[in-house]
Amino acid sequence: MKSVHHSRHSHKILIADDSEMNRSILTDMLEDEYDIIEAENGVQALAAIQAHISELSLVLLDIVMPEMDGFGVLEAMNRNGWIKELPVVIISAENAASHVEQAYQLGAADFIRRPFDALIVHHRVVNTILLYAKQKKLLELVAEQIHEKERQNTMMIEILSHIVEFHNGESGLHVRHVHTLTERLLERLSQKDDKYNFSPSDISVIATASALHDIGKIAIPSEVLNKPGRLTDEEFSIMQGHALMGAEILEKLPFYQDEPLLKRAYEICRWHHERYDGCGYPDGLKGDDIPISAQTVAVADVYDALTSDRVYKKAVPHEAAVQMILEGQCGTFNPLLMECLRELAPRLRTELERTAPAQEPHPELQRVAEEMLKREQPGASKRTLQLLEHERMKYNFFAALTEELQFEFTVSPPLLTLSTYGANKLGFPELIMDPLHDKRLTVLMAPQHIAALSDALRSTSPGQPVVTYDCQLNLNGEHRWFRIISRAVWSGDDDPPRYTGAIGKAMDIHDSHTHLAELQRRASTDALTGLLFHAAAKERIQNRLAERPDGKFALAIFDLDLFKEANDGFGHMFGDRVLTHVARLLRQNIRSGDIVARAGGDEFLIFLEYKKGLERIVKRIFASLSVTFEGFPISINMGVASTETVGFHYDDLFRAADNALYTVKRGTRGQFCFYDPSMQGVLTALSPIGADAADSDSGHPQEGGKEL
Amino acid sequence: MTLRDCYAAFGGNYDDVLGRLRSERMIQKFVLKFLDDASYETLCVAMAAQNREEAFRAAHTIKGVCQNLGFTALLASSSALSDALRHEWMPEAPALAKQVGDDYRCVTEAICAFQSALEA
Repeated sequence: MKSVHHSRHSHKILIADDSEMNRSILTDMLEDEYDIIEAENGVQALAAIQAHISELSLVLLDIVMPEMDGFGVLEAMNRNGWIKELPVVIISAENAASHVEQAYQLGAADFIRRPFDALIVHHRVVNTILLYAKQKKLLELVAEQIHEKERQNTMMIEILSHIVEFHNGESGLHVRHVHTLTERLLERLSQKDDKYNFSPSDISVIATASALHDIGKIAIPSEVLNKPGRLTDEEFSIMQGHALMGAEILEKLPFYQDEPLLKRAYEICRWHHERYDGCGYPDGLKGDDIPISAQTVAVADVYDALTSDRVYKKAVPHEAAVQMILEGQCGTFNPLLMECLRELAPRLRTELERTAPAQEPHPELQRVAEEMLKREQPGASKRTLQLLEHERMKYNFFAALTEELQFEFTVSPPLLTLSTYGANKLGFPELIMDPLHDKRLTVLMAPQHIAALSDALRSTSPGQPVVTYDCQLNLNGEHRWFRIISRAVWSGDDDPPRYTGAIGKAMDIHDSHTHLAELQRRASTDALTGLLFHAAAKERIQNRLAERPDGKFALAIFDLDLFKEANDGFGHMFGDRVLTHVARLLRQNIRSGDIVARAGGDEFLIFLEYKKGLERIVKRIFASLSVTFEGFPISINMGVASTETVGFHYDDLFRAADNALYTVKRGTRGQFCFYDPSMQGVLTALSPIGADAADSDSGHPQEGGKEL
Repeated sequence: MTLRDCYAAFGGNYDDVLGRLRSERMIQKFVLKFLDDASYETLCVAMAAQNREEAFRAAHTIKGVCQNLGFTALLASSSALSDALRHEWMPEAPALAKQVGDDYRCVTEAICAFQSALEA
């Protein structure tokens, strides 16, 4: 990316063109009035837009460019929602109609053909910038107007319903209580049952319409309405008339008949005294023939009437009111609504108290706004963008301070962004397109590691998105261990969530890793002979057996005959040298894949893979170990067991080899012997307990190596 | 030698470019800058390596610059070449590239002569 030329103008323009000549011609024409940023391909252009989105006023975009062409840039701008904010004027030598059409379809504001006229370019730039600025201003105005209108509407409805309440002698809070109750009940209902899947704006409409439930009472004489005593049958039927009356008032409105608010209000006025069992009035509707709006308001109305003082009755406490409704003392209601009421009951009173005091900002307005935001990807507000810019600056600053390889990867477009330090350290550019197929990257990190890390990230979940991965990286020929800590980024908008990329860092852990490996090696090897300890060997052997269940393996255990005599006769120092010598011979005479270990004092273990001729191999090793060391003839007893006879369990192999060894030692010493099943139950040669108790020694010792 | 003479020497349309860019200073600046533009070298390398995409982009870039600066003859040949490389490597591409080379040399020689006249 080229530097920003100036910073003295209020508008900034990005010029993206692969030809330096073309960029400078445009710059020359515009730099007196605008700050110019240049980009020489689509990737740079995107990066510049991302970095300067809040400052840019316009993009001049070429179509044919390397790395990513102008259409790619437009597509990415669409995906990120930038195209609504930031006008793009295409300047191209491509004059094919299809190109022009595609550019407009992707949201380009204008298309200028080459060769261009300086005056025209200048005017179009100025006009486009002005147009977008005006549009933004208008959008803000409209939003404010809508807000104001909404506020006035709600106010008008509340005034109207207060007139009814006043006439009715009710407290001024009835309408608001019914409103809140209706809202809560509907929200609960939507969560509970798919049949009633109300959007926040549906709920808002019904709750607003609920304010009108009693407008029919305006036509009821006040001596009936406010009669303290019991109503006569005649008075009662006059009173019941308010439901139809209200519906009629609304029906006769000359306008707005198609408005959802009016439709819901009609339902509510007419049927908020119907009951689920058909015992209500005026139409005696039953069950779900009663619109759910009216059913809900009915519950809310009954609850608030019970809990309020009226001329003819005292208020009932909250708990008792809920109980009465649930028990059906006020008529039968929809069981689902009753469930909702029961669940809401504990916090209903506080909710109603909270909404009682005068005008707070209307929560439903906010919810409608949220829903609108969800429905349409909003253009980010200027303030949001500034905050974003601020965060980005902070991030860049701290990223530059820490000496870490930090990265960000996006799946679409496939783009890897490295921190400045990281890019310098690796000698890479900060932006790499299509990194999974980039030669530089696959040299740095072997493809199987890239694939494994990518798989690990993709199998995370939004709740647990972090992956730690250790592997070797090739830093300019030097292989060093790194720990990569990375967090998968899941898009929150989609269901199920979509993997959109990852952020992370790679830390050089080479020194601590090598140290650890050295410690592990030391912990698993015998200091005297440098051979593995039995436990470490066992682990490796078990891994090998598990990896190759179709292979043929043999385990040999041997000890040094007359070793005790050597120790006693020549001293322990000499004994140690004999052991070291045997270990050396052992290492020289096995193949690289075989595993050898010092199993105990003078006992050793060999694990090997073979294809055929096991006996020949064993003979060779046996012979190579049977030598004379400084005048002391080394003679060994060896027992061998193979997976062909014993199977793949390490413990079985070991026991069988041990049995065979025991058999040798009970017979002619200084030989080797293969295990056969008849040896089962033979005592161990390796533990010194009661060898005499052995009840079987039916082994078949074979010719020792000494004769070979 | 004036800028107009220079244009006449390589078959360019000086009046057209002056009508569009509206300033002799600017035209002169970019005509001289054309000598430093690497697109032609990029084209030659890409043609030699038979790298169609890169050759196409280079030809296309030359075409764009020529459009802006009114280099009529070079515009015609680079435009024909970029069309011959757009989707596939058409058999006439090498011949068209040779034509671009001839026109390019014609333009640069004229500009060099203009430059020496300026410095003289």
